[in-house]
Amino acid sequence: MSAPTHNPVAEGEKPVFYMTEDHHPENSTGLGFWLYLMSDCLIFAILFATYAVLGRSYAAGPSPADLFDLKLVAINTSMLLLSSITYGFAMLQMERNAKTETLFWLGITGIFGAIFIGLEIYEFVHLIHEGAGPGRSAFLSAFFVLVGTHGLHVTFGIIWLITLMAQVSMKGLIPENRRRLMCLSMFWHFLDVVWIGVFSIVYLIGVLG
Amino acid sequence: MANLYRHACRILMLPLLAGLAGCNMVVMSPSGDIAAQQRDLILVSTFLMLLIIIPVIVLTLYFAWHYRRANTQAVYDPEWHHSTRLEVVIWSAPLAIIIALGAVTWISTHKLDPYRPIDRLDAERAIPADVKPLTVEVVALDWKWLFFYPDYGIATVNELAAPVDVPINFKITASSVMNSFYIPALAGQIYAMPGMQTRLHAVINAPGEFEGFSANYSGAGFSHMRFRFHGLDQAGFDGWVSKVKQQGTMLNRDAYLKLEKPSEREPVRYYGGVENGLYEAVLNMCAQPGKMCMNEMMHVDMMGGGGEESEANRERLQYDNRHAGTGDGTNSATFPATGQPARGQGAPEGTTGQDAEGQSGSGAQPMQHDMLNMNGHDMDGHQMGGENPQAPASDSGSSTPDKGSIAPEQLNNSK
Amino acid sequence: MFNQDISSLVFGRLTLEAFPYHEPILVLTFIGVVLGGLAVVGALTYFKLWGYLWKEWLTSVDHKKIGIMYVILALIMLLRGFADALMMRTQQAIAFNGNEGFLPPHHYDQVFTAHGVIMIFFMAMPFVTGLMNFVVPLQIGARDVSFPFLNNFSFWMTAAGAAIIMISLFVGEFARTGWLAYPPLSGADYSPGVGVDYYIWGLQVAGVGTTLSGINLIATIVKMRAPGMTMMKMPIFTWTSLCTNVLIVASFPILTATLALLSLDRYVGTHFFTNDLGGNPMMYVNLIWIWGHPEVYILILPAFGIFSEIVATFCGKRLFGYASMVYATVVITILSYLVWLHHFFTMGSGASVNAFFGITTMIISIPTGAKIFNWLFTMYRGRIRFEVPMLWTLGFMVTFVIGGMTGVLLAVPPADFVLHNSLFLIAHFHNVIIGGVVFGVMAGVTYWFPKAFGYKLNDFWGKMSFWFWLVGFYFAFMPLYVLGLMGVTRRLSQFEDPSLQIWFIIAAFGAFLIALGIASFIISLVVSFLQREKLRDVTGDPWNGRTLEWSTSSPPPDYNFAFTPVIHDHDSWYDMKSRGYARPLEGFKPIHMPRNTGTGIILSGLSVAFAFGVIWYIWWLAIVAFVGIIAVSIGHTFNYNRDFYIPAEDVVATEGERTRQLSGQA
Repeated sequence: MSAPTHNPVAEGEKPVFYMTEDHHPENSTGLGFWLYLMSDCLIFAILFATYAVLGRSYAAGPSPADLFDLKLVAINTSMLLLSSITYGFAMLQMERNAKTETLFWLGITGIFGAIFIGLEIYEFVHLIHEGAGPGRSAFLSAFFVLVGTHGLHVTFGIIWLITLMAQVSMKGLIPENRRRLMCLSMFWHFLDVVWIGVFSIVYLIGVLG
Repeated sequence: MANLYRHACRILMLPLLAGLAGCNMVVMSPSGDIAAQQRDLILVSTFLMLLIIIPVIVLTLYFAWHYRRANTQAVYDPEWHHSTRLEVVIWSAPLAIIIALGAVTWISTHKLDPYRPIDRLDAERAIPADVKPLTVEVVALDWKWLFFYPDYGIATVNELAAPVDVPINFKITASSVMNSFYIPALAGQIYAMPGMQTRLHAVINAPGEFEGFSANYSGAGFSHMRFRFHGLDQAGFDGWVSKVKQQGTMLNRDAYLKLEKPSEREPVRYYGGVENGLYEAVLNMCAQPGKMCMNEMMHVDMMGGGGEESEANRERLQYDNRHAGTGDGTNSATFPATGQPARGQGAPEGTTGQDAEGQSGSGAQPMQHDMLNMNGHDMDGHQMGGENPQAPASDSGSSTPDKGSIAPEQLNNSK
Repeated sequence: MFNQDISSLVFGRLTLEAFPYHEPILVLTFIGVVLGGLAVVGALTYFKLWGYLWKEWLTSVDHKKIGIMYVILALIMLLRGFADALMMRTQQAIAFNGNEGFLPPHHYDQVFTAHGVIMIFFMAMPFVTGLMNFVVPLQIGARDVSFPFLNNFSFWMTAAGAAIIMISLFVGEFARTGWLAYPPLSGADYSPGVGVDYYIWGLQVAGVGTTLSGINLIATIVKMRAPGMTMMKMPIFTWTSLCTNVLIVASFPILTATLALLSLDRYVGTHFFTNDLGGNPMMYVNLIWIWGHPEVYILILPAFGIFSEIVATFCGKRLFGYASMVYATVVITILSYLVWLHHFFTMGSGASVNAFFGITTMIISIPTGAKIFNWLFTMYRGRIRFEVPMLWTLGFMVTFVIGGMTGVLLAVPPADFVLHNSLFLIAHFHNVIIGGVVFGVMAGVTYWFPKAFGYKLNDFWGKMSFWFWLVGFYFAFMPLYVLGLMGVTRRLSQFEDPSLQIWFIIAAFGAFLIALGIASFIISLVVSFLQREKLRDVTGDPWNGRTLEWSTSSPPPDYNFAFTPVIHDHDSWYDMKSRGYARPLEGFKPIHMPRNTGTGIILSGLSVAFAFGVIWYIWWLAIVAFVGIIAVSIGHTFNYNRDFYIPAEDVVATEGERTRQLSGQA
């Protein structure tokens, strides 16, 4: 709480006012990307809040218990969780500077992600086919948009992953690519965490609660 | 204490008021007790804040003048930048004002809560025991106001009347978009929102003709969405009621649906009779035949939804698109000639056991009423849809069909 | 029928009727814009400036140039928004006694919506973002922001949003919903046209830029400060910028999500905010104000920072109570999330909820009051120079406290019941936004202009501008307070009570005075440019400043500082000056800098095309533009060659030039 004052510099001693050496500020990418993730997290927070408010407005229509197939969702969840683990393997290989192994595990991650997206699309198509599309009720609007936004994120994550794989194979594990892999890693795990929220709040509570 | 403030404020505001004597500041000189208390609150708060605002402005100008560069006489202390004592003062002075104002706010917000029935006619008079409050049901339409007087079975458009010194109990809703119901001379405003009911309690203390209007922009005809509010003595009000009864026509659903279509600068209209349950139907967005009422929907939702085979409910719950396309042509095709809605024709799939006709009578009103009141009380956006699990349970009197109304498949669904 | 199908496939719902060629006002405006545009294009071609413009400005990643471009954008949009204001004031002054005025509701409703949207999103926001962009890296001794390309991209997204809003003037129409577009009025059923879609996409595109710029500036302030600059040694403007950008990052995603839900209601037929099928319009009102209230502080906090810098500089004195200023800013930042409900007390929340939000609102006035006192006691025992920035500051202090007072008044729920949505409310928020934000950015522009361009602004026209604005403000908005107390509500285009007219005429006169104030400011820019040799400042420190931006030359070199400064005090330049700082004259090294790129402006153009396609249901255009955006973004990531070194000899030359200038001055 102390008020700022002059640095006590002894009389006659000339204070240093500039650096003669090159100044390298810390790299901000980690912080910047983390801030981006937090802003994205806020979007999900709004969608969760929306779901919390509208989640029981079935408009005299179907409810979660009528619609959701927990088995399918469980498979879907395991796909995404596995993809997070395999991404972790990719990062371990990156630390070992093993380019081919890194690419291998990235590829596996992408496949798990694609299966996740495929299952989600299947679920959506099935629901819409049953007449439980996003326009049926506020509950379904909130459901489709929350889950769909997550799905869109995973889709963009896969596009990003493919781009990065191309870049790693072209340029190798150079510092830029390592930084990018680290950012995508944060993004991928973030989506995993969000999905755990979706799985518990939307599906589990919806069907069992 | 409040009186003391008030007098102090009046004296303080005197020069300002004198300067503005030319204009009619209705907010500052209202004719209803609620608005008068709100006016007093403005004066008290302004006075409290001027205690700090005036010294700040004076000091700003004085310091600016005194410490101008040309004034070499003034003390110049370029390093002086901290004084704990002064810091304590500059934080605690606003704090003290805000503590006082916060206390005033807490008390007055509860006292002047529009949902709270009034407990006095004005500062001097309590409510006589034999006075029965007047209930007015207000509907904001595009772009005019519809007033129901359930006690008298009449309705009016763009004209409102009430006897002086009788508490008025407003129930307010809207047909399509959000409006705000505001009579500055009577009391503060409250939003009128479709599918929801807000409340306002007020009393008019002086006879006269006052302005009322929508205070929330609602589209093209908004500027002319105005009405006259007549404060009348009891005899005058009785006369007005009988005038409405004599001159008025019947307001049935047919007439309502015509009236509800967007129109501007609507003249005053009187309705000598009103179809039973029309306000509740408007409130629940089911005045149009074939539509499912919102309270029905909320009830179904509360019971766990309408199940998978409920696609037919969707059409019956679409309210917003009714002015799209050809207007009433397609809608009136399904409208029985009697003017009575055929609500029984299409009971919601999930509620096949429900006696829909039985609900449309007056017996169902209390239930609708309670449910929507609950919504009204909690209108911060987190309490809509079927989120009031206690609502149907609490209205034991009229909800006999409720429990029986759950369809078997629903029971299965909700385990 | 076949033709119609082809037409809707190619043009979506865009037809010839969408062009307002039958509206004389719009046609004249259009001709004016076209002639002006041709003049600019002609001049650029004649003077062969296209290459310069592209290389030095449009593709620049230099935070100073981006900051200047933000301010230019803000000034252009100020003219547009103010033209709307003048039309409204004129309409309200004449639309009496059955006279319908010259703006029927169809137009008037667009005008007030556009005025609000433009003034907040495309005037005030770019103004403060521009000043932060320009000043913050200089104040913290950095060579640029953390992510220079992102900065360029953010600016161009903001500009793209502005372009989308401007297109609505000549193609189709703008929203007729009020600036926050409450549903159900803004839903597909009650606003079926393109107006609300223009609104949504304009804000969404600009919102991307705003959020990313917020992230960028937070990272810059946290990571890029010069050695020695601890948090409590940051200049106050940097502090307020940090808090503002935290607010941006923590609130704009809410706006994005809310508008996305509204657009889904409109495009896909979901039921978030509809009356039917379980939708809840009140949720929109809550969500939009959970963003909207912090937004108010996003605008005002940088203005507070500007005033703090100016007061200290022109009083020749340390800022009184630096620490309490910082704490006040942080407290305001946090509290701004706890007050949103005060924008709709009249929605019928319970008394306890209303009272809670009313009291939290009042609590914000405590740190704000402390700030006012801090400025006041900075003046105390100072030696005040009444330069133009200081005049704006004094005008602010007197005006803002009045707005603050009426604001606290509106925070008392029962008082709000009679004042809400009235012209009293309009007067209040213009009182704080003009008296606070606009005075603040005008002060800031006048203050930092010599830093950006190397010469001061003309004093006479600056003073003219200030006095016209100040007097005009009081004439324009004091009558609105009175009208509010007379029970006049906002957004009315016609009136019945003739006794109101005189007040509207006074208000229109005030708006006219403000127009003179804006004109004076533009004249001051032109006159100052013409007199730039006379107004030239070669010291880099024309005001005897106290913070680091004044230690370098004006305009600063591309690299800002040849050597990274070392900080010992929050008034670091004052500290350096008073303790015998000697400018380094040798030992220069090559400086690592980011390379310019055209990716930002290309993405921005594609975003405009995408938005236009989506607004008009021209799906092929939307798809092509969207794929283009993805492709260009990915393509950009394949460019690893993003930086270069300014050779040491260039640095030596630049610094040598400055040495010569300084000695010539002495």
